[in-house]
Amino acid sequence: MSNTQQPSLSYSSQGNTLLTLYGEWTLDHYPLLQQHLVSLNKTSHLLCESTRIDLAQVTKLDTVGCQLLINAFGHDYWRGWLAQSDSSISDARRQLLLTVLAALSHQETRAEPRQQTSINNALAMVGKHFSEMSKHSLQLIGFIGLSLSVLFTIMLHPSRWRITSFFAHLEQAGFNALPIVALLTFLIGAVVAFLSATMLTKFGANIYTVHLVAFSFLREFGPLLAAIIIAGRTASAFTAQIGAMRAHEEIDAINVLGLNAIELLVIPRLLALLVALPILTFVAMMFGIFGGMLVADTTLEISFTMFLSVMQQYVGLHHFWVGMAKAPFFAFIIVMISCLEGFKVSGSAQSVGEHTTASVVQSIFMVIVIDAIFAVVCMEMGW
Amino acid sequence: MKSLIEVRQLHNQFGKQIVHHQLNLDVFEGEILSVVGGSGTGKSVLLRSIVGLNQPKAGNIRILGQTLQTLSAKERSKIEQQLGVLFQQGALFSSLTVAENIALPLTEHRGLTRAQAYQIALMKLGLVGLPLQAANKYPANLSGGMIKRAALARALALDPRILFLDEPTAGLDPISAAEFDQLILTLRNALGLTVFMVTHDLDTIYTISDRVAVISQQRVLVNDQIDMVAANPDKWIQSYFHGPRGRAAQQAKTTHSPGVIS
Repeated sequence: MSNTQQPSLSYSSQGNTLLTLYGEWTLDHYPLLQQHLVSLNKTSHLLCESTRIDLAQVTKLDTVGCQLLINAFGHDYWRGWLAQSDSSISDARRQLLLTVLAALSHQETRAEPRQQTSINNALAMVGKHFSEMSKHSLQLIGFIGLSLSVLFTIMLHPSRWRITSFFAHLEQAGFNALPIVALLTFLIGAVVAFLSATMLTKFGANIYTVHLVAFSFLREFGPLLAAIIIAGRTASAFTAQIGAMRAHEEIDAINVLGLNAIELLVIPRLLALLVALPILTFVAMMFGIFGGMLVADTTLEISFTMFLSVMQQYVGLHHFWVGMAKAPFFAFIIVMISCLEGFKVSGSAQSVGEHTTASVVQSIFMVIVIDAIFAVVCMEMGW
Repeated sequence: MKSLIEVRQLHNQFGKQIVHHQLNLDVFEGEILSVVGGSGTGKSVLLRSIVGLNQPKAGNIRILGQTLQTLSAKERSKIEQQLGVLFQQGALFSSLTVAENIALPLTEHRGLTRAQAYQIALMKLGLVGLPLQAANKYPANLSGGMIKRAALARALALDPRILFLDEPTAGLDPISAAEFDQLILTLRNALGLTVFMVTHDLDTIYTISDRVAVISQQRVLVNDQIDMVAANPDKWIQSYFHGPRGRAAQQAKTTHSPGVIS
């Protein structure tokens, strides 16, 4: 690359036109080469069959240089040129020209680069997304039915329970998630207590901080926060695990071996999360309330004993059960969505990424939708 | 002959397992060198060490007269642009079409516009014998043989001086493998490439390599023309070249020799 020689050309038109090329006709000088050839095109009388081209002065020639020359003068010209035995070029260079010529004539028709975005494309995308969304909902319902039918079949056959797999997932999705769930809910509990403290002290209603923290964590924040953390943490893991297996044809191998992919992969995850999420929800409630207690004790002078006795007196146990009842529903929908997205992965690494994103987004979305439905039902029932 | 790659006293070690010890190897300009060896003898590690993907524990590797580790990022990139690597699984970027895969180094390193790079990419596709329809396909939609060819086209995008091939014919059917051999040979002759090839395929070794390097006992045991290597008394080499498969490949070579231009 040192000692760069600019490519150039000259022509003399005595009798037959003679075109002499100089310098390096390589990729490094691409813009310059194109410029030369465009200016040559304007003096079109040069581009006739009687023109002779001299490559002897060309110091370097690569495939790109060949391509430009061949495109400028046409395939037939170069076939004729190469057929002339007196062409003063080395064997290697002749080979190069022949190879590129073959490569180019191998592809006569022209293909265009992919279309860039336009308004039409945007509209098409919207339509595509909507039709895909309805397809996805149907798929999810079908998948839920399939999983449930497999689950009930397996229940009757204890020999088909995958105990090892169940406990492995219980550890990964449940036990390993305990610290993060505990820490985050503790912090949010403290924040809720702070917020209520600043508002309620204005009315001298400090003591209601207890009600606020306890109600919100038992009924809403405990289950919701645990489910959202699990949707981010475990749903993505499930989708990526199954997706990677899909990409490596492991799912196909399972099917070909006469095994049931849902029984092997989905059911253990489902059962593990059905156990893990209620436990995590309980932990979330406890640490959230503990965070609130700590703030109440330090800033509002509500001692632990007082906090607990107020809770015991005024906060009914049924709030706890309403909160706990949501957890299995959240767990179920998270596993269904994440496993289905995993099965939808096709081949590439990008596909794994896309479906993992979709899995987390849909899980969180569905968790919040189910929570809203619960809120309405509980309100109507007066629970 | 000029030596483009010089490996001197290379030592590679993973944990307690010594892969290479005092390994020496030269690759000369314009030759096709096949590196063979049993599974786990560190053929791919050697390739990765030479192209700078693996930092050796000790020893010196000079490529195109330079030691990659001592260069600045810019100089190193300049050397790397003169190397083309065909990975075993192709390693095409799955989010880009075949044409975009090939065009990527052209737009990144040579500052060509997308349209210009696309035209060159189509030519490279022709060079490796892929049909035009393959240009706008994604790697996931290609067969194994087409992925190898597309990956070769990407390796050739910048007209490299040295081409590294990691098991180029593994997983190809015999016809595709033979075609691939001829393709490498044609490209070497036409583009003046130097080829460093890790392979298990005895047919490939007999058909296109100029020299064969055998890695065994953590070093290069022999490095010579195929006949000389096959005559080596080492036990592994004997069973490799004179086993049933070795004999068949040798016979195929002697019955119809495909004119190797060297």
